[in-house]
Amino acid sequence: MIAIRGLSKRFGKKVVLDGLDLTVPKGKNTVVIGGSGTGKSVLVKCAVGLLRPEAGEILIDGQDILRMDERELVRVRRRFGMLFQGSALFDSMDVGDNVAFALRRLKMHPEGHIREVVEEKLSMVGLRDIQRLMPAELSGGMKKRVGLARAIASEPDILLYDEPTTGLDPIMADVINDLIISLRETIGVTSITITHDMASAYKIADQIAMLYKGKIIEVGTPEEIRTTSNPVVAQFVQGRAHGPITDESEEFVRFVSR
Amino acid sequence: MFRHHPQEKEYGISSEGSAGEGAVVRLSGRLTLRSLEPFGHESSALLDALGPSSVTLDLSGMSSIDSAGALALLRLKAMAGERGIPLAISGDGGQAGRLLALVGERTGRASEPPQLAEASGFFEELGEKTVSLLREVGDELTFQGELLKATARSCLAPRAVRWADVLFYMRRAGVDGFPIVSLISFLLGLIITFMSSLQLRQFGANLYVADLVAISIVRELGPIMTAILVAGRSGSAFAAEIGTMQVNEEVDALVTMGFDPMTFLSVPKLLAMLAVTPILTVFADLHGILGGLVVGVAGLDLTARAYLAETHAALTAPAILASLVKAEVFAVLIATVGCQRGFRVRGGADAVGAAATSAVVTSIFLIIIADSAFALVQQYLGI
Ligand SMILES: Nc1ncnc2c1ncn2[C@@H]1O[C@H](COP(=O)(O)OP(=O)(O)O)[C@@H](O)[C@H]1O
Ligand SMILES: [Mg+2]
Repeated sequence: MIAIRGLSKRFGKKVVLDGLDLTVPKGKNTVVIGGSGTGKSVLVKCAVGLLRPEAGEILIDGQDILRMDERELVRVRRRFGMLFQGSALFDSMDVGDNVAFALRRLKMHPEGHIREVVEEKLSMVGLRDIQRLMPAELSGGMKKRVGLARAIASEPDILLYDEPTTGLDPIMADVINDLIISLRETIGVTSITITHDMASAYKIADQIAMLYKGKIIEVGTPEEIRTTSNPVVAQFVQGRAHGPITDESEEFVRFVSR
Repeated sequence: MFRHHPQEKEYGISSEGSAGEGAVVRLSGRLTLRSLEPFGHESSALLDALGPSSVTLDLSGMSSIDSAGALALLRLKAMAGERGIPLAISGDGGQAGRLLALVGERTGRASEPPQLAEASGFFEELGEKTVSLLREVGDELTFQGELLKATARSCLAPRAVRWADVLFYMRRAGVDGFPIVSLISFLLGLIITFMSSLQLRQFGANLYVADLVAISIVRELGPIMTAILVAGRSGSAFAAEIGTMQVNEEVDALVTMGFDPMTFLSVPKLLAMLAVTPILTVFADLHGILGGLVVGVAGLDLTARAYLAETHAALTAPAILASLVKAEVFAVLIATVGCQRGFRVRGGADAVGAAATSAVVTSIFLIIIADSAFALVQQYLGI
């Protein structure tokens, strides 16, 4: 279980997370939704210790990772797999080496088997025979899937997906949705998924949390979120251009342009 | 919460003048968000009723105004503009004037940067610059310390070092950099010999040109030219490579997979620099002396044997050693600055370019400072 309490993170004067609380139950998929630039990526980066927040605690099975030194963090991070928003493939290595990267370090498989294992991971994300290609030769959607294969390669028990379906066609997006669901059901991974894609959110989520102005303003099951009475959440999940999220700026624009 | 109380009108509006003439519109009381709508209606009705040729808006009777009120005034001005009526605002020296300027600035198309309330003084600026410079030097030193520590640790466990990367960077800096380093040193040798021979010939001291070239090249110009070229070629490449990885979140990915970016990315680069820079410096020295030899033999009627014997006599072992030590120090500077500028990149592609440039400029600057320090130390030690 991951429990985040009172998390605050700022860059310079800009407050991105402002006392955020979120509980991520074990073996469940928690989806975080929220507008662009609201700090969703910052949230997951804090959770793996890539960014150091100013205040708060992040408990992974009761241990606060913000109080750990670098050595302990390295041990905890072995439990994590992360898919980055921009895939973050190593440009200087081919696809096979990218996926095998953590495997080689952890020596989970003998070197002779690595190619096979990598091929298996790639087939899980719907890719085949691309181990020798360089990342620059892949499309954005393929990169994302290779990134996903890399994240799951070392069989972590906590997975963080930063916009796994953004930039994929609807069919491939659904393949990824199914993969996320099956990882949870078969291996029981605990995961946090960030997405704007409400179809995907409703499909894969056990619980959905909405991030707005540095805080989680609502948490609920997909059904509860769909029928929410909170106007901010309702505007977001229904994708309306007018509502409380956009009003503040809109009032001003309307005013001036009249 | 703003509740609307139509019965409590908080502003007053009165006008003087008649159709076709210049009118004066006087405002009094408070103009805030609450009175926006009514003010809009009232003022446009007034403009229509009055039909003036120009309007002067007198704000001297107003007690307070907020940003919404200022916006309302700007809208009134725009409305008058649409009807072809020029509108001037008078008596707005205080709060209203400042707000008008502020709101106009924020909403206007022209996005002039907001003026600071007070221009900061010379000493403030000097202080700020000094503090930020000191902080930068501190960052640099911290980074250098960490890099050296990581390198030492890697050398104790050599199997953890990515030797393939070390070889790759050695080839890029060494093999690929060799022609340009040699050429430049050779030309430098030619030029120095030629220029100094013009002077030395007057005293019949042609032969001493060999000493001059040997000492200046080996002690100063060889190491420093090599370092500058290596900084330009490899230092910038290091910054760009790590910077790009930073932008693409590759560095973050490394960390999440349990790798230390310092050990993984910087140590091979530093090791490659340490290996290659002294070798290149030796080649630079040799080519510089060769350049001197060519001019000496072709232009000064010296024999090659005499020239080389004189060179041999001029060079002492400590001088050559000092040249190599310098090369190693420069290597550390180039690798450190290159990597550190790369890791500091935040943002996008333009930040990568800026990091590469800054890596070259900073490392050349530090190389020259270090070289001056060497000159002083050598002076005292009498090497
Ligand atoms: N390393 C950083 N340095 C400075 N500002 C950052 C950094 N990372 C993110 N931010 C800022 O934090 C805010 C939230 O970013 P992010 O978490 O990427 O948003 P999103 O919700 O779209 O994923 C953005 O305004 C961004 O500019
Ligand atoms: Mg993001």
